[in-house]
Amino acid sequence: MDKRFVYADNAATTHVSSEVLEAMLPFLQNEYGNPSSIYALGRRAQKAVEEARAKVAAAIGAKKGEIFFTSGGSEADNWAVKGTLARLAPKGKNHVVTSVFEHHALLHTVEHSGCPCTYVPVDSKGLVDPAQVRAAIRPDTAIVSIMFANNEIGTIQPIEEIAAVCREAGVLFHTDAVQAAGNVEIDVERMGIDMLSLSGHKIHAPKGVGALYCKRRCLPQNLIDGGGQEGGHRAGTENTAGIVGFGRAIELAAAGIPEKVRQVSRLRDQLISGLTQVEASRLNGDPVKRLCGNVNISFEGVEGESLLLMLDNRGICASSGSACTSGSLDPSHVLLAIGLSHEVAHGSLRLSISEETTEEDVAYILENVPPIVERLRAMSPLWERLQKN
Amino acid sequence: MLYSDKVLDHFSNPRNVGEIADADGIGEVGNAKCGDIMKMYLKIHGGVIEDVRFKTFGCGAAIATSSMATELIKGKPIEEALGLTNQAVVEALDGLPAVKVHCSVLAEQAIKSAISDYYRRQGIDPEPIVGKIEDCEACHDLEA
Repeated sequence: MDKRFVYADNAATTHVSSEVLEAMLPFLQNEYGNPSSIYALGRRAQKAVEEARAKVAAAIGAKKGEIFFTSGGSEADNWAVKGTLARLAPKGKNHVVTSVFEHHALLHTVEHSGCPCTYVPVDSKGLVDPAQVRAAIRPDTAIVSIMFANNEIGTIQPIEEIAAVCREAGVLFHTDAVQAAGNVEIDVERMGIDMLSLSGHKIHAPKGVGALYCKRRCLPQNLIDGGGQEGGHRAGTENTAGIVGFGRAIELAAAGIPEKVRQVSRLRDQLISGLTQVEASRLNGDPVKRLCGNVNISFEGVEGESLLLMLDNRGICASSGSACTSGSLDPSHVLLAIGLSHEVAHGSLRLSISEETTEEDVAYILENVPPIVERLRAMSPLWERLQKN
Repeated sequence: MLYSDKVLDHFSNPRNVGEIADADGIGEVGNAKCGDIMKMYLKIHGGVIEDVRFKTFGCGAAIATSSMATELIKGKPIEEALGLTNQAVVEALDGLPAVKVHCSVLAEQAIKSAISDYYRRQGIDPEPIVGKIEDCEACHDLEA
């Protein structure tokens, strides 16, 4: 097959869709008013922001007043945890319950807070057990934060059960739904979620915009003080164009979920069955309870960054949990958490496909990955050693 | 991660990959836990490195530094190969990202390790000539 460009890193970021760009364009040029301004130009910008807020709320079953725009998912995670700890620590609650394989926006935030934290383990398939969340909750627990779906191995957590456990214990429940949004139906009301983080650029909105959903009764202390934007809870002149784009993107994404899941999970399973035919490979994460676009495979005896560079030479964009791609010597904490050895974790490949991925793209990936793995193994002393044993 | 064109060239088209069946010296450094293993094979005649081959498990920089290091010592007297520093490998590749410099250290050590093996096979204690081959600092940090 001729060389082609295949973008299989949608969990890293996505392009801005034409519908989203079209919605945004007026606010980058003619409709540049400050939403806080009193005149018509400003009022139109404010109206656009509020319409976007309604769209975000509708997409996750929330009320409009429960959506607060942020600069993205990391800010939403930081705000939820830091702001809740700041609010509840004076009342004697400063303990955090989270899982070992959260995004670093959560893990580093908890670490830097210096507050006591209990890390709930995940099983070998990458799933959190609600009973273990329950067991970790203490009388001084301020917040429980468990991600909706994992960014590396795509496992979808039993969020309703975890939320129920938290409600029973009277503890706030936050979830990072950055990867889940647009892939899984979210209904914060029915699921009993108190706080939830969202990001725009994973669902065809631009980078630099996201939101925190939060029940009014548990609003965290401000992370960013200043003007009275977002009801006085998050200062800074609104990123109007970004917010409008995000509103349009989440509206489109939420409406397309059933069709996307049907279409994309079929291609995902083709990739999984094709790639696991490679000798000494394994699928990481639960085969069924996973995001429709997520494929994560380890190939023994090869190193992930080399694999990515060779795939790049063939026009395929993907990512890896190898240490070399993280800029440290330790491979992905997610892969170590599900019990992979360092050696095997170094050789992981994450492909995250989308509704734009075609049958031809899948065939092209399946045609290119095995010979690259073979080529790297042929020059790998580790593979030689594994073969001898 | 910004790699120079030379790094990408040596990664994509590595020189001197493979093994030497009747090698006069073989050296291996690094470990799988860190994600880098380099193995060097030397064919030595009359004190000159006539042929060199390598096998590497590791990132793009690990493969590129192995490839460049073999190019730099091929056809050279042992003494010259022993004088090869990791810095020289980095310069020959038009630089490496800071987090990847340890790969060039491994390449230097892989050569020294293979030359040590050559001396041992000759019944010569390599330590006074080659010196002690220190473990990579980064690996120490990982184990600490």
